[in-house]
Amino acid sequence: MIVTRALTKRFGRITAVHEVDLNVREGDRYGLLGPNGSGKTTLVRMILGLVYATSGEIEVMGQPIPRRTNEVLREVGALVEGPGAYAHLSGRANLTFLDASGPGGGGSRKARRLRVEEALTRAGLSGVDDRPVKTYSLGMRQRLGLAAALLHQPRLLVLDEPTNGLDPQGIREIRDLLEELNANGTTIFLCSHLLSEVEQLCTRVGVMDRGHLVLEEEMSQVRSPTGRVVVHTPDADRAVALLDGGVEHRDGARLLVRTADAAELNARLVREGLRIDEIHVQRRSLEDVVLEATGPGSDRLDAEPAEPAELDGPGVHVDGVRKVETRPSASTGTGTGTSLSPGSEPDAWQGTSREFLE
Amino acid sequence: MIVTELAKLVRRPRTWVSLALLCGLPAIVAIFLGVTEVAPPPGEGPTFLSAVLSNGSLYPAAALAMVLPLFLPVSVAVVGGDSIAGEAGSGMLRYLLLRPVGRTRLLVAKLIALTAYVMLAVVAVAATSYAIGVAIFGTEPASALAGSELITSVSGTGLSDVQVALRITYTVLYIGFSMLGVGALALFLSTFTDSPLAAALGALAALVTSQVLVTLDAAASVQPYLLTRYWLAWVDFFRDPILWRDIERGLALQAVYVGVLLAASWANFATRDVTS
Ligand SMILES: Nc1ncnc2c1ncn2[C@@H]1O[C@H](COP(=O)(O)OP(=O)(O)OP(=O)(O)O)[C@@H](O)[C@H]1O
Ligand SMILES: [Mg+2]
Repeated sequence: MIVTRALTKRFGRITAVHEVDLNVREGDRYGLLGPNGSGKTTLVRMILGLVYATSGEIEVMGQPIPRRTNEVLREVGALVEGPGAYAHLSGRANLTFLDASGPGGGGSRKARRLRVEEALTRAGLSGVDDRPVKTYSLGMRQRLGLAAALLHQPRLLVLDEPTNGLDPQGIREIRDLLEELNANGTTIFLCSHLLSEVEQLCTRVGVMDRGHLVLEEEMSQVRSPTGRVVVHTPDADRAVALLDGGVEHRDGARLLVRTADAAELNARLVREGLRIDEIHVQRRSLEDVVLEATGPGSDRLDAEPAEPAELDGPGVHVDGVRKVETRPSASTGTGTGTSLSPGSEPDAWQGTSREFLE
Repeated sequence: MIVTELAKLVRRPRTWVSLALLCGLPAIVAIFLGVTEVAPPPGEGPTFLSAVLSNGSLYPAAALAMVLPLFLPVSVAVVGGDSIAGEAGSGMLRYLLLRPVGRTRLLVAKLIALTAYVMLAVVAVAATSYAIGVAIFGTEPASALAGSELITSVSGTGLSDVQVALRITYTVLYIGFSMLGVGALALFLSTFTDSPLAAALGALAALVTSQVLVTLDAAASVQPYLLTRYWLAWVDFFRDPILWRDIERGLALQAVYVGVLLAASWANFATRDVTS
């Protein structure tokens, strides 16, 4: 559905997107994650023909972009960096204008009205009155943007932070809506900062860091078992003694045991008469994977930056060296070596809280 | 797309406010003149004002002369500067392009809406001032000034009513076309910035510069090429016979400006990154 090859975009000295090879397949629910300023929006803009690439190729639905942008966009619905609207008009009037300005905007007056009403209903704005958009709340504007993206039954939805500004209820609604659309054959490509959103919705994830696509994997792969089992037991001391070295880490009543088979471990502990509160296979969390694959957001402009990586220019080497560190660990993706290496044990419990979501 | 652009223009309160202001200035002047009947002596004050007390049907020409130096170019620059930059500012530019409206189509639609606004503005000023002129000054030639059935042309000979109407129509078209030059300049700047204000101000700065240089003898060498050089040539429509030389040059110069600016707008807009 979307394929890019060595896609690069430079804004002056800043390389916003660096040799990205993206592959979104038909029917995917693809989530693109990455810190602030990692180039997600720029990538989306290039895919949609708004921004022209410095080098590299883009294909959407098999058609080259930007050469055939207008044909491709007929079947694409998009929300890019927040909704847009004429503030002095009502939401309905905005959609009517948008509908009438492009291809497929014709039909009888009734057909046109129906299209607009249906899009509003889908986005949860069916009851909206004729107040101008400038009086809308943030969430209403966001829904209006979504309605605009849904106006013409797109085959591909490209959504840059679709749930920005929505309440938990709204986020849930949108997730259900996207799942329903996807079940009916719409491919979904979304950028987000919300790990939980991507984790719950997406079947595939990509992670960007400083312009590089550092990871692209199936969600099931990302959430693969780590080869460890988490046990909560009031008899922790006895369990440690019994398992004899099999316990990698202990935190009060919680144990981290090196084994792949939770059922077998459970049976063994119970056989020995140990009481067990909880036992489950440990999985990599998306958060761990993403945090590991990325550095701090490149728009964190500290006075004395630890890594002057964002501006490349003559400093390409700096960037290159850094990548050598991050890339292999990120793209191995086998589930063996996340944050659970003996050297970083506390992380295994706490779920790191670096400032990704700042 | 063209229809929606025109609809947008019509639904903007700003369009009507600016038209009201444009038509308001001549109306105020007419009221003062009508009440006091003190006309500026011929050759002083705004063009034609000295003549209108005699016959209101010439008032449109006087009205256009009043709004031409400032009011009209300002409103046109504002609308022109808004065309692309305004869409970028409201965040709608990207959604229009994603709809998809081709970039060239969008630019053409904007140009048509701009032309419509320019013509609407000039015609509105002419029409309202005609109505006001006739209502306040009447169409009877004042004997003190003319003494015959004829309105005095700038050259001193008389013009019939039909001639006056025809020449006012020419004037409207000529001024409309001159304003399109300003509009094209604002549209061009509007493809560079996301701020409509910046585009409008840029166009006005260029205009003021041009108007200053036109009156500056030291700048004689560049004067024939200045945007505003032939703006006042429409006065020649009221000579008898019409003096076509400057009018023709003015039309040709404006055509060159409009053509070059539109081509440059297109070249820029079609190839630029839309990051608003
Ligand atoms: N028009 C522009 N001119 C110059 N630099 C730009 C421009 N647009 C983006 N950039 C730079 O490109 C980089 C990537 O920006 P981009 O908006 O794509 O990031 P992002 O991943 O969408 O970030 P966020 O999560 O904050 O939305 C940033 O360093 C930004 O400063
Ligand atoms: Mg972004």
